[in-house]
Amino acid sequence: MSDKKKKKLTPIQQQYQDFAEKREPKRPIIKNCIYAFLVGGFICLIGQGISTFYIHFFHFNEKSAGDPTVATLIFISAMMTGLGFYDHIAQKAGAGTIIPVTGFANAMASAAIEHRSEGYVLGVGGNMFKLAGSVIVFGVFSAFVIGIIKVIITKYLGGF
Amino acid sequence: MIFLWAFIVGGLICVIGQIMMDVFKLTPAHTTSTLVVIGAILDGFGLYEPLIKFAGAGATVPITSFGNSLVHGAMVEAEKAGLVGVITGIFEVTSAGISAAIVFSFLASLIFKSKG
Repeated sequence: MSDKKKKKLTPIQQQYQDFAEKREPKRPIIKNCIYAFLVGGFICLIGQGISTFYIHFFHFNEKSAGDPTVATLIFISAMMTGLGFYDHIAQKAGAGTIIPVTGFANAMASAAIEHRSEGYVLGVGGNMFKLAGSVIVFGVFSAFVIGIIKVIITKYLGGF
Repeated sequence: MIFLWAFIVGGLICVIGQIMMDVFKLTPAHTTSTLVVIGAILDGFGLYEPLIKFAGAGATVPITSFGNSLVHGAMVEAEKAGLVGVITGIFEVTSAGISAAIVFSFLASLIFKSKG
């Protein structure tokens, strides 16, 4: 907890915060990092395998193979989310399953499945981007700002 | 050889994410959003494309490549159409990922029922 927030609390609340902080279980950071490395690396390895497969058998080139690879990974992870496998892996692997694009698909598929009981329009349609939306919003906004800056520099100011 | 680098680079990006979650206590949503912005900035400086050449899927599968391809689509279109291209081109490269995610998530919600 930041110091700014702490100042607003009464002394007893502060004492409680310190008390709670001491008893918070320590996160096994190194173990988590190793799991994240292995699982994340493995997912990228699968991605590389799929992309090599598309290059060799469907005559994509190295650039255009990216799209079907990502789509395949998303398909696999959406189905695994539906069957309940993905969450089992995610509990152990942490960021190893969240950071690859499969985590993005998992966030969308799990939101879609979870809110199905509220109906297809308001439930599935309205809540699908509930968790994954932040990625799209911040990605698009930052891409917009960077794109504008780059265009102004390269086109109107004649480059560096 | 590219398989080895894909494994190592992809794993390292995930470790960065894990450190952000464990050491700086960010939520997964904050972590992924930050990584997307980092990917976009890296591509702004032209640093992400060499990484993809070097590590293949190790750089394209993590969510950082989402930010990279957003900027990429915007820049390709901006070359042709000027400033308007930044708006029209943003989703050009990523549309495969987003469309696939929407379609398959919807299919999953048709097929599967939530447990628990």
